[in-house]
Amino acid sequence: MLNTLDHIELQRVVEIVSVDNSPISSKLTEMGLVAGQLITTLFKAPFGDPIAIELNGTILSLRLEEAQFIEVKA
Amino acid sequence: MKIALLGNPNTGKSSVFNLLTGLRQQVGNFAGVTVEKRSGSIQLDQVQHELIDFPGTYSIYPRSKEESVVFDVLSDPSHSQHPDQIVFVVDASNLQRNLLFFSQVYDLGIPCILVLNMWDLAQRKGIVIATEELGNMFPGVPIIQSNARIGLGKDRVLKALTSERIVERNPAKFLESAELCAIDDVQCQKLEAEQRLRKIKDALKHIVQTKAPEGDSVSRKIDRVLVHPFLGYVIFAFVLLTIFQFIFTFANAPMNWIDSMFSHFSTWSSETIQPGLVNDLISQGIIPGIGGVVVFVPQIAMLFFFISILEESGYLSRVVFIMDRLMRPFGLNGKSVVPLMSSVACAIPGIMATRTISNWKERLITILVAPFMSCSARIPVYTLLISLVIPKTFVFGIINLQGIVLFGLYSLGIVFALLVSLLLKLMIKQKEKGFLLLELPDYKNPRWGNVLINVLEKVKIFILDAGKIILAISIILWFLASFGPNMKESMHGLSKTRVYQSMTKKEQTKAMDACKLSNSYIGILGKGMEPVIAPLGYDWKIGISLITSFAAREVFVGSLATIYAVQDDSEEQSLLIDRMRNEVKADGTPVFTLASGVSLMVFYVFAMQCMATMAVVKRETNSWKWPVIQLVFMGLLAYFSAWFCFVLLS
Repeated sequence: MLNTLDHIELQRVVEIVSVDNSPISSKLTEMGLVAGQLITTLFKAPFGDPIAIELNGTILSLRLEEAQFIEVKA
Repeated sequence: MKIALLGNPNTGKSSVFNLLTGLRQQVGNFAGVTVEKRSGSIQLDQVQHELIDFPGTYSIYPRSKEESVVFDVLSDPSHSQHPDQIVFVVDASNLQRNLLFFSQVYDLGIPCILVLNMWDLAQRKGIVIATEELGNMFPGVPIIQSNARIGLGKDRVLKALTSERIVERNPAKFLESAELCAIDDVQCQKLEAEQRLRKIKDALKHIVQTKAPEGDSVSRKIDRVLVHPFLGYVIFAFVLLTIFQFIFTFANAPMNWIDSMFSHFSTWSSETIQPGLVNDLISQGIIPGIGGVVVFVPQIAMLFFFISILEESGYLSRVVFIMDRLMRPFGLNGKSVVPLMSSVACAIPGIMATRTISNWKERLITILVAPFMSCSARIPVYTLLISLVIPKTFVFGIINLQGIVLFGLYSLGIVFALLVSLLLKLMIKQKEKGFLLLELPDYKNPRWGNVLINVLEKVKIFILDAGKIILAISIILWFLASFGPNMKESMHGLSKTRVYQSMTKKEQTKAMDACKLSNSYIGILGKGMEPVIAPLGYDWKIGISLITSFAAREVFVGSLATIYAVQDDSEEQSLLIDRMRNEVKADGTPVFTLASGVSLMVFYVFAMQCMATMAVVKRETNSWKWPVIQLVFMGLLAYFSAWFCFVLLS
């Protein structure tokens, strides 16, 4: 099932399907957020935003408005 | 020869820099932009070379104004800072992402060496790297393993820099069609990054063996507590409180030593040098002026000591993470929290701490609102005025009214810092949109060497750059307070009066000082501005104190003491309060009433009464535009709020 990253529950492993075009799409790519990459949703900041994910052993935090550009599948 | 140090953030790049240069470092700005440039000298074969530390970035294409210096310098071979060689630092445990930026740099053809830093960490994580095969990926690049945090790898880097392999330009390319994208062509940059990552991923399959691709389990456990929805805030509040307690408790003593040292020095010089203009200039202008710079050093050093520890340990990124959502509606960033909180001690180190904010607009807003936070220099002003005009009664029988007023003044500052941020968010236009995309590095023990170097660097910047301006303004203020068109005549007139002659020697000196100040240029200015400040409930004596306290807010108390010719020892502050209480206007009504007292307190909450802060804002924004806007805006806000309070209460 396809979904965007801002809607994924915590502690799930998902695979990135695509990264939508946006002013920050090149930055997302440079951080390693590319199609095929496996990521784990780790934890959220107190008000549910930003979120922290793990990829390749490092933790990356991003705002929900940034996460919505990333399409993933479980 | 110029050698550039490049790499991703959190790779231990600054440890490598400190390792290679030791204490031989200078801080400045890259020409034309307010981006901090750290450079140091390294010696190769008896020749000195310049090593330039660039901001840590994830790509050659910038995320922020600060990062754009990397693109500007690397893409333009005629740039004055364009490097002849590059030392590229990567985190050995995260090669894939780190090599993206490296492959971009490699394709520029500038001779490079690749430093696999944090080698021990990678080994502990079970990562095995076939260095030789990695070398085949990038022909012509020497590869070095290092662990800069514990000082390993310096000789190997220096040796590689002198090896003949990297003298020539490297014609090899990692990506055949390696043309740089335009700086604003996001689509091209995205495609390029995707191509590079795909190629790197394929190649690394045969180079990197990972036994357990897990993250640091200890860090994950710590995070469960430190970013907890409730505990996270409690712990952060506790950390801040501890830091301020330390600064307040331990910065006071050295600040008093500095104060008394400079005042002794000033007395000594006034007694040693031949009396006259030079004597006055040195003992009353220059020495107190330098003292006024040095006195901030303990606070700055202590604050940056703690901030460096938080930064080195990895906790600061978590603070940004938990505060980001709260600060965003105000046009601020999670990274604005520490600078604003630090400004409660003193806006100067607070403003200097905004350098961690990569988005220029967010950083500028943080700088502009930081002086609204009530700093420790306002405390003497607040306490004097509160004890003068606020009755010592208790609300509901238990809460001290004076305490409530003090709390109110602090809150007023915080509320307005946020309101003004909101206003600035709407007013300042910026194309680049702020975003977070922040790495949360594993927790580590701080390296004391790095902490120490960071503290020294901040102190040096303050003394050298802001100090010059503070000293210059001090001398101007001294001149205005020591000279006046009819000063000599008035002082001579006073000495002939009966009252004066019946005074004791001590009283005579005080009366003479008061006469001197009120007939100086500052006194004339104070009298001249009386019509302007009368609507706020102030007389010309307060006007004089407002002008002199531009040097520093606490000078307000000392100036009033001089004008009223009373001792300004803190033990005898009650004397000053009595004297102020009896002060009457021409029509016989008291000067200091509830209305004028509150008006004055509110004025000090808002007004930019601090030349040192202005000097630092000038330093950090690289122009006089912003400190002047700040001075005018805060001045107008202070004036009208004070006027409003005075009208409301009288």
